[in-house]
Amino acid sequence: MDRFVFLTLDGLSRGAVYAAFALALVLIWRAARIVNFAQGAMAVATAYVAYSVSAATGSYWLGFLAALAAGLLLGAAVDLAVMRFVDHRSPLNPVIVALGLVLLIQAVLGMVYGNEFLPAEAPFSRSALTVAGVAVLSPYDLFAFAAVGVVVVGLAWIFTRTAVGLRMRAAAFAPEVSRLLGVNVGGMLTLGWALASGVGALAGMLVIPTELGLHPHAMDLVFVSAFTAAVVGGLDSPPGAVVGGLAVGLLLSYVSGYAGSDLTPLAVLVLLLAVLLVRPGGLFAPVAARRV
Amino acid sequence: MSGDDLLVVRGLVAGYGAAPVLHGVDLTVPAGTIAAVVGANGAGKTTLLRALSGMLRPLAGRVALAGDDLRGVPVEQLVRRGMAHVPEGRGVVGELTVDENLRLGGLWRRDRADATRALDEVYQLFEPLARRRRHLGHQLSGGERQMLALGRALVGRPRLLLLDEPSLGLAPRVVAQTMALLRQLREATGLTVLLVEQNVRSALSVADQGVVMALGRVVSTAPAARLRDDDDLRHAYLGF
Amino acid sequence: MSATRAAAPPRTPAPDAGPGPAGGRRVPTLLRHLAVAAVAALLLTAVSYGLDPFRNFQLATVAAYLCATAGLTVLTGLNGQLSLGHGALMATGAYTVAFCQTAFLDAGLTGGWWLALSLAAAVLAALAVGAVVGVAAARLRGPYLAGVTLAVAVVVPALTVTFDGVFNGEQGLSVPVEPPPAGLGPYFPYERWQLWVAAAATLLALVLLANLVRSRYGRTFRAVRDDEVAARLAGIHVARTQVLAFVVSAAGAGLGGALLAVLAQSVSPGAFSLTLSLFLLMAVVIGGLGSLAGALWGAVLLVVLPDLTHTLTEQFTLSPAVAQRMEGNLPLAIFGVTLIVVMIAAPGGVQGLLARLGRALAARLPGRRRS
Repeated sequence: MDRFVFLTLDGLSRGAVYAAFALALVLIWRAARIVNFAQGAMAVATAYVAYSVSAATGSYWLGFLAALAAGLLLGAAVDLAVMRFVDHRSPLNPVIVALGLVLLIQAVLGMVYGNEFLPAEAPFSRSALTVAGVAVLSPYDLFAFAAVGVVVVGLAWIFTRTAVGLRMRAAAFAPEVSRLLGVNVGGMLTLGWALASGVGALAGMLVIPTELGLHPHAMDLVFVSAFTAAVVGGLDSPPGAVVGGLAVGLLLSYVSGYAGSDLTPLAVLVLLLAVLLVRPGGLFAPVAARRV
Repeated sequence: MSGDDLLVVRGLVAGYGAAPVLHGVDLTVPAGTIAAVVGANGAGKTTLLRALSGMLRPLAGRVALAGDDLRGVPVEQLVRRGMAHVPEGRGVVGELTVDENLRLGGLWRRDRADATRALDEVYQLFEPLARRRRHLGHQLSGGERQMLALGRALVGRPRLLLLDEPSLGLAPRVVAQTMALLRQLREATGLTVLLVEQNVRSALSVADQGVVMALGRVVSTAPAARLRDDDDLRHAYLGF
Repeated sequence: MSATRAAAPPRTPAPDAGPGPAGGRRVPTLLRHLAVAAVAALLLTAVSYGLDPFRNFQLATVAAYLCATAGLTVLTGLNGQLSLGHGALMATGAYTVAFCQTAFLDAGLTGGWWLALSLAAAVLAALAVGAVVGVAAARLRGPYLAGVTLAVAVVVPALTVTFDGVFNGEQGLSVPVEPPPAGLGPYFPYERWQLWVAAAATLLALVLLANLVRSRYGRTFRAVRDDEVAARLAGIHVARTQVLAFVVSAAGAGLGGALLAVLAQSVSPGAFSLTLSLFLLMAVVIGGLGSLAGALWGAVLLVVLPDLTHTLTEQFTLSPAVAQRMEGNLPLAIFGVTLIVVMIAAPGGVQGLLARLGRALAARLPGRRRS
């Protein structure tokens, strides 16, 4: 029972990070109808920025802020310099371009930092606190929860309560009409990319210290898990992404706790296939959406 | 050409791809009047509106709004110059609520106080919308969508309103109400309207000026009353 | 496919079928492809004597990649399904060959034909896995399909560690391969023999694929790619067509992976990472989606570009550590940039550019061939 409690809490804290990352995917999907397959590589790049800034200043938090800022900038840059020029008529094109970005970003990181694992610092202890004799969450897990919570609430506030959020939603749903109403649709799209990439950077900063360390490929499997989370929740639904992220985190925690951590990649694949084959629109979609 | 002409179009050529649909359209709409563009399917009426509001980049010609050349002005800037375009199918954003749709119409305005005032006025003008503020756009009936699209344009307090097929898919009673409303707005606020319609009778009943288009050109411009009553003209250009 | 078909103009470079009077008989597709393959085989044999062993090995590697890129071309270019998981399918073929060759060796079965049997088994194994993935893929579209195949590409190599009792983890397995037949003489270079084996298998696979592409099935592939609804209305069973395309494509990838394993005489998960899958996609895109000739360009690029960057980095005096980073990553960076630029600037790829060039030249030479 204690183990179950521990695995559940651990799964939720992992899941919070997947939720943030899935949210980043959903933001771009909603804004641009692109699944950003470069999201993982972009997040890793910002984590390397944090690594350099922290190494230069000796402060984790300066590195953390630098990563978020780099995330915002990188997202905007990817939109303005690359995605803006891609012919979106075939859905294959943006996917292929994003994969080109993956190759490019990972290669540049490898050239600058090398292809070895670098140590990734955690700002709080990662050893679990015990409450009434039961191992529960670590201070770091609590930090991750709080950070993701702030982001989720912040994004919800931006999108539902602010003028710029209304503009962003309108631009995503009806670009032509929005332009007629004076909305700078291109600008909103860039802003969406920046926000999503910033959220992705946060997720990367949170997840990398819990894995093997900093590496150009550090987010490959995280990306697959987060994509699965986004699909579980439905690519169009931000709340779905959060729930999906938590669900995937729980699943992975149970699988690795009860069946062995080697099996988690397989579990992700099985879950992804199962959800897509049973409910292609995600568990939260009213109807099974099948895009042709 | 008097200084009171709000919209002046000269030699406008526009189309999709390389083949133009409009072959040099000339058009003048005096301020505070309603002009109805009528003509058969495929005459280029919708294309004309799309070219005017910049959704379609003109290949040649000149469009001036209140004397200002609109060449090179981005679509999203036109609303700031006083042009509102209610597109065909009306462009209600189905995923947003009625209130959000309406607020969207005034987001660009610096004068927030007046934007709020304009919003309230629209709610007074269209009672049903006030009752359905929190409903999503796609939950509305056709008539309500019409009100929403028109109301959203009015929140921006435009000088020139481009209306594409407002009667499409609506009951005759609703069409009559819409036309009457246009007349009322013109009297009350001096609104200028360029109206594109298949429904020639109701369009000409409200308009001051009738513009007949055929095959991408303006073939006749006449006072709406004359077009309506002159059987020869009507036969020649409108086929009934 | 024996009947002469009046189909779309051939996309694969065909030999001049004779100018003949307009409307004259055309050489049957299969014969034409066989003729091309025979010419290619003769050329390759001649070339294999002229090149040093390293170049022979490189050509053999091109042949192995060509199987995979041709398979992916059929899937993505002709049928419009994106697969980021072909690296995993290649791994399937590679591991199957390793198992078979080891089993044959343990059973004391020697002789060249057993290798052919191993390769056939590899194709069958990839075919089976491809059928499973294909059935799922047929129900998925666009980014969903990309996501699932990406998951396959990431997860399948990890399985070799999960079940390391079978696959021996990161270390991988060795692939015992026999030396060239004694009949070729005692001093026959091993690399030349490798090229012969790889080229023979690849040419066979290409002839089959080229025929498929020109056949009724090829047309249904394209019809489904261009407009699923229209294809369905025309009586095409869309899902079945998509599964078939996936299976054919997987078989190509399996053969390619198997040949790579035979060439390297070993197989390990590191060789079939996500990056390999992305490389394949890049090769297909750059070569030109939808053309088997484009697949050839892509395969050549996969082998030549790393070689070029190696030569390039050697031009600069770099510290060993920096040189190593550059060598490992520069090709990746170039691939990535190329992928982006080609996708934005020239979606037709190299083959598209060549075709345009060819048409421009043909227009300058009136009286010559029409197409």
